Amino acid sequence: MAEEKAPPPPTAAPAAGGEAKPKEAAPPKLGATDASGHPWVRSLSSGVPDAVVSAKEFARQVTVVVKREKVAEVARYLKEKEDFRYCVDVTAVDWKKREPRFDVVYHFYSFSKNDRIRVKCGAADGEEVPSIASVYLAADWSEREIWDMFGIRFAGHPDLRRILTWEGFNGHPLRKDFPLEGIDTGAAIYPEEWPEGAGPGPNDPNRKVVS
Amino acid sequence: MTDENRAVEHPEVPTLFDVQEMELNFGPQHPSTHGVLRLVLKVDGEKILEAIPDIGYLHRGTEKLFETETYPMGIPHTDRLDYVAAATNNHAFCLTIEKLLGVEVPRRAQLIRVMLDELQRLSSHLVWLGTSGIDLGAVTPFWYAFREREQILDFFEEYCGARLTLNCMRIGGLPFDLTPGWVERVAEFVDDLPARIDDYEQLLTDNRIWKKRTVGIGVISGEECIERGLTGPLLRASGVEWDLRRAQPYECYDELDFAIPTRVNGDTYDRYIVRVQEMRQSARILRQCIERIEPGDIRGKVPRVIKPPAEEVYASVESPKGELGFYCVSNGTNRPYRMHCRPPSFINLQALPRLAKGHLLSDLVALIGTVDIVLGEVDR
Repeated sequence: MAEEKAPPPPTAAPAAGGEAKPKEAAPPKLGATDASGHPWVRSLSSGVPDAVVSAKEFARQVTVVVKREKVAEVARYLKEKEDFRYCVDVTAVDWKKREPRFDVVYHFYSFSKNDRIRVKCGAADGEEVPSIASVYLAADWSEREIWDMFGIRFAGHPDLRRILTWEGFNGHPLRKDFPLEGIDTGAAIYPEEWPEGAGPGPNDPNRKVVS
Repeated sequence: MTDENRAVEHPEVPTLFDVQEMELNFGPQHPSTHGVLRLVLKVDGEKILEAIPDIGYLHRGTEKLFETETYPMGIPHTDRLDYVAAATNNHAFCLTIEKLLGVEVPRRAQLIRVMLDELQRLSSHLVWLGTSGIDLGAVTPFWYAFREREQILDFFEEYCGARLTLNCMRIGGLPFDLTPGWVERVAEFVDDLPARIDDYEQLLTDNRIWKKRTVGIGVISGEECIERGLTGPLLRASGVEWDLRRAQPYECYDELDFAIPTRVNGDTYDRYIVRVQEMRQSARILRQCIERIEPGDIRGKVPRVIKPPAEEVYASVESPKGELGFYCVSNGTNRPYRMHCRPPSFINLQALPRLAKGHLLSDLVALIGTVDIVLGEVDR
């Protein structure tokens, strides 16, 4: 059976928070489909020219990949023109061997459409991503968390400090190359106490436990 | 020498009436912070000029742990996120992977899940009611709230053996069927519940002291709630009727009849009212589930080794604190490539500096209570 692709038309928007989406009758088919014809994607490509790279749909969730430099513009467009007023979440994914290395992933929700859109952009190690904290206040701490956990910097963020670890923490824990335990963890977290390779290993009887 | 003269003669010595900004550490070990929340306060006397949260004391790298273990092994970790509402955490996690796999959950499992969720919502709101009452000096509601919570924990214990870290859901369904008599005991509890909620309300709702401490404290508009990403009772107390159970129903919430309590003022008192009303609605939902429950399967068709397609999904549930979502990126192996939790407490806490600004230090305690954070979820 061909994948049914019937995205909700943006014009026929139900009242805010009102009408429930019909329950998914059949489980979603496995495998993503191209969503470049989706109304939101088309609107985005015409509203912010030269921003959309690709778009796909999986499990009735639309993902739009955009260019890194255009993220703030895209967010503003989606918020103001497409009514995605609620920034659900901002996070990142480390692809380690891929180029660019990271994906920064945004989820926006629209009350009038009662649906979400996922926006992604790639970022190489050391590249700055435009901050959307001036567009959505909700993204402030999430962007700080991404800086803390992945080491991606956000240009124009009002207060980009580490949030879950402390200032001076060595490394970014959610990067795939951050060690889970052992010498390298110690060296990574407490460089002044355990220089690279010189700290106690997991089976070391003199292992120093830092609580 | 009067104060005025002294100020003229020794301008370097501050007088009693000068603004003296003082930095004050609030927490991380303080009973009213409900965990290990540290706030750096800039105060002028008792007035809060600025409150800067310092979080991360409970950071355990849960998202990293998810990546190192198989999909089913992630469920117990979710118990430790919002540790007063483990069932909803389990639920959101399982829902995400079910969406990724395209698995349908059998009806009996759906109903039991909804029942566990609503019992959990009750218990979470009861913890909130008891502790935030204590924060403001109302000690009595605590004993009443924890009496009922104890019963709910007993139900959980009977169902899955644990009282807090429940681990009570599996991908595609549930680990166990209900024990004999469980539904009847829950029904009895639910029948009693409205009268007991009346008891709490009698203690607080029209209590003059309670109102003085809560009305007009930490007012936030619905627009600003959306702007700041606030969800759950905070959003609904500001007049936005939005609840994921209604807006994007999961399991069998779409066939259940319940109201979404809202208030318009968006202050601490309204958030109290909304939560109490939600407890009444939870009782209503539980009653409907009890009526509908029927024998059947408790697990859907899930492969033995869970290897979802290399895709990404986001799924969320209405946890007692707000929208709790998981974003899962799969690379086709039996472990998630990336599992991110969208914690409502983390996002809601972000608004605390805005809520606290200009209020008194004693109101801050009320505000931390009203935001209803759980630091396990904030720090992950």
